[in-house]
Order: sequence, then structure tokens, then C-alpha cells
Amino acid sequence: MISIDIEKKLKAYSGQQVLKVNEEFADGSITKIYGPSGAGKTTLLNVIAGLVQPEKGVIKVDGITWLDTNKKIALSPQKRMAGFVFQNYALFPNMTVMEHLQYASNDEQWIKRLLAIGKLDTLATHKPEYLSGGQQQRLAILRALAIKPKLLLMDEPFSALDAGMKTALIAGLKLLFKELKCTVMIVSHNPQELEGLCDGEISVNQDYST
Amino acid sequence: MDLSPIWLTLKLAAITTLLLLIIGLPLAWWLSKGRSIFKIIIEAIITMPLVLPPSVLGFYLLIAFSPQHGVGKWLLQTFNIQFVFSFQGLVLASVIYSMPFMIGPIKSALQQLPRSLAQASYTLGKTERQTFLKVLLPNIKPSLLTAIVLTFAHTLGEFGVVLMIGGNIPNITRVASIAVYDSVENMDYATANVYSLILFSFTFVLVIGVFIFNKAHAKSPLE
Repeated sequence: MISIDIEKKLKAYSGQQVLKVNEEFADGSITKIYGPSGAGKTTLLNVIAGLVQPEKGVIKVDGITWLDTNKKIALSPQKRMAGFVFQNYALFPNMTVMEHLQYASNDEQWIKRLLAIGKLDTLATHKPEYLSGGQQQRLAILRALAIKPKLLLMDEPFSALDAGMKTALIAGLKLLFKELKCTVMIVSHNPQELEGLCDGEISVNQDYST
Repeated sequence: MDLSPIWLTLKLAAITTLLLLIIGLPLAWWLSKGRSIFKIIIEAIITMPLVLPPSVLGFYLLIAFSPQHGVGKWLLQTFNIQFVFSFQGLVLASVIYSMPFMIGPIKSALQQLPRSLAQASYTLGKTERQTFLKVLLPNIKPSLLTAIVLTFAHTLGEFGVVLMIGGNIPNITRVASIAVYDSVENMDYATANVYSLILFSFTFVLVIGVFIFNKAHAKSPLE
């Protein structure tokens, strides 16, 4: 069980905005996070991963406190080890596809399997600049899965994929999520995009204050 | 023809570059993260040699490390180290004088990398050190090379600061730039020309080499 109760100020032109989220996520659930642009969906994922600190809040994952601002507890991203698929992919330009996965994991069998699911096995020696947008996006997903995370945070993970590739990849990912008993949160602003994958959804809307 | 000033200059430049690489990498990385007032002050101090007359820096180093008093006296009595009119003094002065040439390009390059690169590495469980060595550093290679070559080339061309703290002692502090000046003072233009030509050629080849290497990495916005 993952419980999140946070408040984070957002930078905006129209006065001060506050992102408030108070939700619980069952183990193994796949939740769609949606909301308008600038609502704080990406910030929410950053807060959960430990990349951004909120002003107030508590995050507990399987009984372990990741964040408690009152008790001044804030585990580092390295200790949280939440798999993260960045919206801009954040691939390492100096590493090949294989090196990306080997940087994240020593399990060669697991890496082989991931490459097959992402259909990147023939591109293992390619660096990101020689991959298409869709291939880069798949590599970003595989890299996040390479650490076998218990929590996976995905920021617009399928936006660059064509319909056929998306369907095939989602089918493969569903099996992996089940096998890893992984709780997944997926940010998307396209409600139809994740049909059949998610078993829950939350809407992110910021409170406005002056 | 006495080539010892050339060898001494190359030795000084190599040692200075190596020391600055060791000091500069972690310092540039630290400066690239965040902008506290303390960091701004440190960065300003590091940048000062760029705008300060070299003789001013040399003068202060001469005063600070004079073996007659203060730090210089203490260093001599405790560790038997003398920075004034010695090769180690030249190294110290060169490290301070060339520091902005090492720190500047590395810091700028690190700041231009997307933040998400380091963040992605952290979420994979990697420490800051692992992230720096395996992700950040390999992706700033052209800037790193520029910093190394600029530092080396700048040290080759030092004059005012080394003259102030080192003087003109053959085989110890008489580097090429001082040998040029000394030769001209003695109306020996031929020798001055040889030293100058060697320094000019060496520096030109270095700089052109970096430009050619970096050309392969630079991309036109229209490509």
C-alpha cells in the first residue's frame, strides 16, 4: 500500500498555485494520473521519486516512511529506487542501448528479456542519437524496469509510439508489472491512451491561492 | 642554444594542468550545483585572475609566501617549503592563475546538461559520485578537453605572475616567457625569436587540435 498526502507550491504566472494530493494506491495497482497542463502531474511524480521536496507531506510505501516533513524524514531517490520514465526520456548520450540497461542492472537474463519486450534487441549497440523517438521512449521504459522497481512512475510514456507498437508494448508491460508485483502510476493527458491498462485513475488539479 | 626554459615551461604547464584537473573537476561540479551566496563568492575569487593584472596576483603571493614572515616563514620552518623564488612557487602561482580556465568550461558544460540526466541516474540507485563519473563527465568531453588545453596553453604564456614570485633563476624559475623578455633586454633578438616561435607554434597546434576535435561534436542548429 502506498499512501501519499502532500502539498507543493507550484511556480505559475497566475499567482501562487498549490498542488495538493491525498491518495492511497493498492499494491500492484496501475493508476492513470490525468489533469490539465501545468496542474502538477510531473511534479507529483518528482515528489514521489524524491527528486523534488514538497513543503508539507507524508509518503509511506509498504509501511516505510519515504517522506515526513514534520519528522524531517526524506529518503533520497537512491534509497526510494522508484523506476522513473521521464517525459524527455533522459537517456544518457554516451551509452548504447545495452549500456543503459547494464548501468541499471547486472542481471543479463533480465536485460535480454527487456530488450525483447521493447523490441530493441537488434539495436543494442546503438546510442540514443541513432534511435527514433519511439525507440528512445521504449529504451527509457526498459531502463526504468531494469532495476525491478516496486513502484514505477511513468511520465507520458507512450506519447511517441505508433498504435501497433503501443498495443504490443502495453501487453508485454502488463505481464511484467504482474510478475514484478509493481505498483504503477502513469501520467497522461490523453484519457483514451491507457484504456485496458489502468485499473484506477486520479485527477490532479491545483488549488489557487494568492 | 639553451632549451631549458622550454622544458621548464612544459614541465610547469603539465604539472599545473594535472593539479588543476584534480582540483577543478570536483570544484566545478560543486559550483554547478545551486547558486548560494557562498558559492558565488568562491566563484568570484576563482575568476579574479582573469581580470586582475598578473603582477598584482604575483605581488600578493610574494608577500604572502615571503620566508621572512607570516605563512611563508611558518611553511619554511615547519615543512622546509619555500614558495618564493622556487619551482613549487611557480606551480602554486600557475594553479591559482590558470584556475578559471579549467573551472569555467567544465562548470558551464555541467550546467548545460539536462537535470534529468543526473535525476535518472539517481532513480537507478546510483550515488552522486557514480553519476558524475559515468553519466555527467563522459557527456562533457569536448568542454573537458577545451579546459585542459586552455589551462595548459595559458600556463605556457604566463609572465607577470611567475616573474613576481619566481624571478629569473636558470633551470628553476626561468620559463620561456621570461627567457624571451630577458633575451630582448640583452638585445639578443635571435634567441628571443627562437623561444617565441617555439611557444607560438606549440600553442597554435594545441588550440587548432582542440578546435578540430570539437568540430566533430558541434552541430549546426540547421543540421
